[in-house]
Amino acid sequence: MNEAADVRRGALPPGVSSSLDLSGRLREDDYLAGEGLSTAIFLALKLGRPLFLEGEAGVGKTEVAKVLSRILDTPLIRLQCYEGIDVNQAVYEWDYARQLLHIRTAEALGTAGDRRRFEDELYTRQFLVSRPLLQALEHHGPMPPVLLIDEIDRADDEFEAFLLEILSDFAITIPELGTVRAERPPVAVLTSNRTREVHDALKRRCLYFYIDHPGLEREVEIVRLRVPGVEEHLARQVARAVQSLRSMDLYKPPGIAETLDWTEALVALGAKDLDEDLISATLGSVLKYREDQQRTMGMALSLLAGTGGA
Amino acid sequence: MPETAASGAASPILDAAVTFGRVLRRAGLPAGPDRVVEFVRAVEGLDVTRRDDVYWAGRITLCSRPEDLEVYDRAFRLFWDGEEPPRIISPPKTQLSMSVTQDSVQPPKKTVEKGERGEEAVHLRYSPVDLLRKKDFADCTPEEFAELHRLMADLNLSGDLRRSRRLGPAPRGRRDARRTLRAALRTGGEPMRHRYRKARDQPRRVVLLCDVSGSMASYSRALLRFMHASVATGDPVEAFVLGTRLTRVTRELATHDPDRALSEASRAVEDWSGGTRLGDTIKEFVDRWGQRGMARGAVVVILSDGWDRGDVTVLAEQMQRIERLAHRVIWVNPLKAAPGYQPLARGMAAALPHVDVFLSGHNFESLEDLARAISGAVGRDGNRIRENGYAERRA
Repeated sequence: MNEAADVRRGALPPGVSSSLDLSGRLREDDYLAGEGLSTAIFLALKLGRPLFLEGEAGVGKTEVAKVLSRILDTPLIRLQCYEGIDVNQAVYEWDYARQLLHIRTAEALGTAGDRRRFEDELYTRQFLVSRPLLQALEHHGPMPPVLLIDEIDRADDEFEAFLLEILSDFAITIPELGTVRAERPPVAVLTSNRTREVHDALKRRCLYFYIDHPGLEREVEIVRLRVPGVEEHLARQVARAVQSLRSMDLYKPPGIAETLDWTEALVALGAKDLDEDLISATLGSVLKYREDQQRTMGMALSLLAGTGGA
Repeated sequence: MPETAASGAASPILDAAVTFGRVLRRAGLPAGPDRVVEFVRAVEGLDVTRRDDVYWAGRITLCSRPEDLEVYDRAFRLFWDGEEPPRIISPPKTQLSMSVTQDSVQPPKKTVEKGERGEEAVHLRYSPVDLLRKKDFADCTPEEFAELHRLMADLNLSGDLRRSRRLGPAPRGRRDARRTLRAALRTGGEPMRHRYRKARDQPRRVVLLCDVSGSMASYSRALLRFMHASVATGDPVEAFVLGTRLTRVTRELATHDPDRALSEASRAVEDWSGGTRLGDTIKEFVDRWGQRGMARGAVVVILSDGWDRGDVTVLAEQMQRIERLAHRVIWVNPLKAAPGYQPLARGMAAALPHVDVFLSGHNFESLEDLARAISGAVGRDGNRIRENGYAERRA
């Protein structure tokens, strides 16, 4: 990594010079980050390093990329990983139909001319379809785009190895065209649910942050920030109920996403106060396993409503 | 300019960071020089004088797994806050109790003592391979173990095949525009022959869970060797050890030198030959790894005698979860080899309805059966309890 490359790095939004500023900006855009997370995001922006986020499902990993694209006012380019994803789906593909059409047209018009030259012409930018990674590198603008590589653990080793190259140089070589280098490296956010251990070499190129479930006070705040029209009283009841659900040894403890879903469901029902009936009517938006629901119904219903009212 | 000020003061930070890196490495965090440099940069980007900034900068740059965080926190308090070292700076896992001599798969003491003098051991060392294959692991000498391990390396341990999402060239299947066009260029732009591609087959992930509780002592060492042979194939294999708690040993077993792999794995295991609460440890596996994806569509192999000191309803429930996630569940119980064996251990009885293939795994020959069961062809010794995951269940 030479100095010249480092100069191009970094993309702090205007007016942000510390992680405290940044956490204020995140908050303005409805994202509440703890000190650790906002420091991690700040460093990722300042040093121009990819940010690797791990954590339980529904703690707001993907949301980080979304809020960054709003703050930086740049497009969010998302690459959803899945097993078997390859270069053609992630980076670029030649537009074969157009190429064939071009050959036919040239033949019909008799303009094919020199064969070699004609072949070169077939492999030019106009016949290239760019996929998310190439789009992110080719972006022009005052701010680099946000590149979200979501659920990297679902892709396979081959693809991971390929990402290594892109994330360290922010350049891609297309054999027929040459190297495409990013004007400014995109703000890269990688997320993983840890279904598989991602290779150390990839992690080494990233800043790492493990997002935990939030504490009670922050969760109340998040609920109030994200669900318009919820009253403090209800928000607190819901957050407290969710916190105690998390401590209950369930198959799938609810994440913040579930807390928000649940609150929205309650608000939609016009609830002002969490009670037993409401809980059993809406439990499906928090707990998605039958066993979890049964366990909760059995022992904790009254407890949830009870502590919620206190 | 704050930046210049920071880099002017860089050398004391650098020194401290390098020493801190060394402390972390000794505590087991892979904080290499590149990470340390990154740490220094991060600190410079923040406020060097604030403790919390230094803390977060290090945590973000020097850790890469949730397991790292606890070690980091402890090392940080010790190094930067000057806390008195309570001698736990090395991660708790290093307290090992397995006596590791050169061969870490020694059978239990009794057998060693029996064979340490006299010709018996000498005779056994030269016992023909055929006999060795049938010999119960509990009766094997260290030399025989070494021989067995060589045999294990030749087993075909790949998981059952499944259709992958990755496409490869094929005589028929989906049209492959890229290769068709390439070929067309050679024939003057005329696509004379269509090319095709289709999904390739790949081995399924194999998840091995080996019980190392006291009752399994005669076998768990041999079975660990089997685990090493599987992991060393390079196929997608995950290995765990079940004791009083769950330990993932895939990384430790990944090295090719068997003795090193096994001694590293046994160092990672805290509770060698402790008691088991089988249900609880399997639950830990399903909660932390299995349900997130590791067990999904995989071949899950449990190597255990089914002796559970905990509540067996927990085990039954967890086996049911595994059954729903996995492609095939194989249970290997060395006790099954005894004539007239009945699954009387309550844990075993509770687990059996959720098991597809039930094998013995007490000698090398039965491990060959296990290898066959893993790759989809069920061995002669294995009772297939269910066909294709349906059909009747035993009560």
